[in-house]
Amino acid sequence: MLEFSQQMINGLSLGAIYALIALGYTMVYGIIKLINFAHGDIMMVGAYVGFFSITLLGTNIVVAMLVAMIFCAALGVIMEKIAYRPLRNSTRIAALITAIGLSLFLEYITVVILGPAQKVFPASAFPVKVYNIAGLSILNKQIFVFVSAVLLMLILQYIIKRTKTGKAMRAVSLDQEAAVLMGISVDRTISITFAIGSALAAAAGVMIGVYYQTINPLMGIIPGLKAFVAAVLGGIGLIPGAMVGGFVMGLLETMVSGYGNSLYRDAVAFGVLIIILLIKPTGLFGKNTGEKV
Amino acid sequence: MITRRNKKLALLLAMMLILSIFAGCGGGTEEEQQPVGEKATIPVGINVELSGAVASYGSNARDGAVLAIEEINAAGGVLGQQLEGLQRDCKSTADEAMSVSAALVGENIVAQLGPLTSGDVAGSTPIMMDNKIPLIAPAATAANVTVDEKTGETRAYIFRVCFIDPFQGTLMAQFAADNLKAKTAAIYADTSSDYGKGLAAYFKQTFIEKGGTIIAEEGFVSGDRDFNATLTKIKGSNPDFIYVPGYYQEVAPLIKQARELNITAPIGGGDGWDSPDMLSVAGAEALNNTFFTNHYSSQDTDPQVVAFVEAFKAKYDKEPDAFAALGYDCAQLLVQAIKDANSTDPQKITDALANIKDFVGVTGKMTIDEQHNPIKAGVVIEFKDGAQTVNTRIQP
Amino acid sequence: MQEKSKSWLKFLSEVILLVLLFTLVQYALSAGLVNQSYQITLTSMCINVILAVSLNLINGFTGQLSLGHAGFMAVGAYASVIITNFMDLPFIIGILGGCLAAGIAGFVVGVPTLRLKGDYLAIATLAFGEIIRVVLQNIDYVNGPAGIVGITKLTTWSWLYWAAILTILVIVNLMNSSYGRAIVSIREDEVASELMGINTTGYKVLAFVIGAMFAGLAGVLYAHYFYIIKPETFNFLKSFDMLVMVVLGGLGSTTGAVIAAIFITFLTLALQKYAAMRMVIYSLILIIVMIYRPQGLMGTKELSRKTFARIWGGKK
Repeated sequence: MLEFSQQMINGLSLGAIYALIALGYTMVYGIIKLINFAHGDIMMVGAYVGFFSITLLGTNIVVAMLVAMIFCAALGVIMEKIAYRPLRNSTRIAALITAIGLSLFLEYITVVILGPAQKVFPASAFPVKVYNIAGLSILNKQIFVFVSAVLLMLILQYIIKRTKTGKAMRAVSLDQEAAVLMGISVDRTISITFAIGSALAAAAGVMIGVYYQTINPLMGIIPGLKAFVAAVLGGIGLIPGAMVGGFVMGLLETMVSGYGNSLYRDAVAFGVLIIILLIKPTGLFGKNTGEKV
Repeated sequence: MITRRNKKLALLLAMMLILSIFAGCGGGTEEEQQPVGEKATIPVGINVELSGAVASYGSNARDGAVLAIEEINAAGGVLGQQLEGLQRDCKSTADEAMSVSAALVGENIVAQLGPLTSGDVAGSTPIMMDNKIPLIAPAATAANVTVDEKTGETRAYIFRVCFIDPFQGTLMAQFAADNLKAKTAAIYADTSSDYGKGLAAYFKQTFIEKGGTIIAEEGFVSGDRDFNATLTKIKGSNPDFIYVPGYYQEVAPLIKQARELNITAPIGGGDGWDSPDMLSVAGAEALNNTFFTNHYSSQDTDPQVVAFVEAFKAKYDKEPDAFAALGYDCAQLLVQAIKDANSTDPQKITDALANIKDFVGVTGKMTIDEQHNPIKAGVVIEFKDGAQTVNTRIQP
Repeated sequence: MQEKSKSWLKFLSEVILLVLLFTLVQYALSAGLVNQSYQITLTSMCINVILAVSLNLINGFTGQLSLGHAGFMAVGAYASVIITNFMDLPFIIGILGGCLAAGIAGFVVGVPTLRLKGDYLAIATLAFGEIIRVVLQNIDYVNGPAGIVGITKLTTWSWLYWAAILTILVIVNLMNSSYGRAIVSIREDEVASELMGINTTGYKVLAFVIGAMFAGLAGVLYAHYFYIIKPETFNFLKSFDMLVMVVLGGLGSTTGAVIAAIFITFLTLALQKYAAMRMVIYSLILIIVMIYRPQGLMGTKELSRKTFARIWGGKK
């Protein structure tokens, strides 16, 4: 029982990270129906910006996170302007291939500029404390990641449900043409979506830096894929879905390693994706919609 | 309007493409800038992984080899000629390693240094054998790199400067059973590399022979950062010793997480642990009571090692890891062989390599045996409050 | 009557051209005019042509984005090495076995996933490709992550050349048949073609299985030339390499795929010195081509004798 409770804690903190990345995936997908393959790599860029902000500028972790979020928000907007906007009316395959191209570009331009070796996040940026409660060990960084994930999700939910921008986003996601007729600037709304999504990824990147202490140019690939699985699992395009999907993925992986065979953990994660896609492609919380002709 | 914007974008992207090609050329010309004497140079192939999965090992070994070549050239070269290192990227794939070797052979290299992984060396092997040019592998640890397992014959042109898997796995098992008095052990290995699996297999074999029991066998893959789940499981089985053969990128966070989960058992591993990142990631406290087998320690007080570490830091502004040291030794070993052979003929260099005795490298004194493996001393290094201290020395 | 003799003439001239090209290279090889580096390039070129043309059938003609092609290549490679090296059976059985195994894998993957659309399919195939790799890594019979070393070199220029020609012929003929028209109709409008009574899933699976079989063939030839295979060789970056070729050549143009495969092979050789820059350039190719020519350089156009005739005739 003790071991199981510890595994729950492990799973929830891993899930919080997946959830954070999944939020950005889901936002972008919700609005332009594009799997932004480069999302995991924006997270990587965010981690690097945070790293340099701490080591070169000597800022603390909160400022570093803000710097990373602003930088990546700008990066996301530029990416959308240059690469995705011209493709808005072409096939989805074209957009997806561009996304793959952007992902590879971000990865390898970082390798070219900063080298392939990992960089170590300074431990002083976030001193770790271990709390031992009834035989369980809980880390302050686990609490930090968990709380910030939930907090960011609530803020996001507020923006989308209560603010004007959020209403514009929902309108664009429902029907672009009708939104234009209502006087909503589609371009601007999509830019804002990319900015918010990328900023979230950057926050996740800095958190991963703090949590696992090492960052490298290819660090975005696997968490990016897993977070995507999480977003699909919860129902892509749905904010609470991404959140729940992230936690489910984190718990599932932890339980597979903890009670099954750790060698097949990744295979199980992808297996879940396939099963979900086949049985209920709209995810756990998605509504089934008919196909438009 | 749209087309005009498109044209601008096209121009921008085209410029990026051109710029990136130039940037690439910039990186490439570095190697040509080495001081070239009036006499013809001796071309040496450096075929390593500069991109792909193990790019960081490859580029560190390359840095070590390049440093050695520069030092040798600054000291007047070998046989009065300057060495010329021809760096090529094998992209961490065996087929590219083969293709790169073939291209290097076309540039009349006298020997090839690298690649790093056993698989990539295997890709390169047929080309080197066909052309009768020696290959010195810095870190390929699988037993079958230098020996054909089907026929039992030694591959005539393949050499290495690192330990082989059986040696390290066996060494750590003996240490765990004899010195640490461990009765039970858990293995948590990097199952995505032949290195991790190889070490684990030989550890298991020896540990059982010594009367111990393996109570858990788990695995992680390269790139993993979260080990809490499996560690919690291992904690439940309460082993006396945990064997973690893998590379430092994964091992460092693994040890940290283990200690955070209150796992106090000693943890052991192999030379893949050797990196300054171990300390900066895991922290001094977590590393207490951990041990790894190695051939060298960057904290060693031996003057040759100190000089190497100083020179490496001065040139690259970072600490050398085991790969850098092995890359350095590869180049030095080659120079020794060229001197011994008193010739740059690949066949003569090969013969000299096979007869190397008591060559002193930064990773220790080595003698090449008839299977082209180095016989060199092994050490078990213990982390004590962040410092690497030699716990046990084992002479071959 | 005249028409018939003309098409006969055309056929004959094509066969003569192909045989001539083969003999020429064969002669150059046996006379030692081609150095080892170019021999390897020649091998990679033929393998890349097979991969690009077969992936183009799935991604280009059928319009289903598959990112798991490397997985089928792996299945073909491993199956054939088990047959030739572990069981000591002749190479031809290895080739057939490799293709068959990859085809079966394609069927097993294709039947469930091809009901999915667009990006979901892409992710699902990517996932399957990765699962194949993880499973291979954990099978001790084939040495897990270390892979199989010391594979007998059986791939020769004749095998490579005729395998590439066979791939092109099969796919070109398939696309010129009624099957091909059905396949293209799925790409153009899946719902409409379904309404026209076309069994869309059936045709998609057919294209997928044929594509997988040829990926397996490429895997067989690869394994028996490059001496070693390991699961890591067939990761999703390998699938991306193939995707770059298909995209560059044109989604839906076989000649485009062939040209792009040859071009990329030479580009890789030329960029050997420039490490990570190669991937940066590949990614820029993907982005730029998609923005300015989303249909790829050749689009769905084919190079044929007519194209040449038009250029020849020039001003007419």
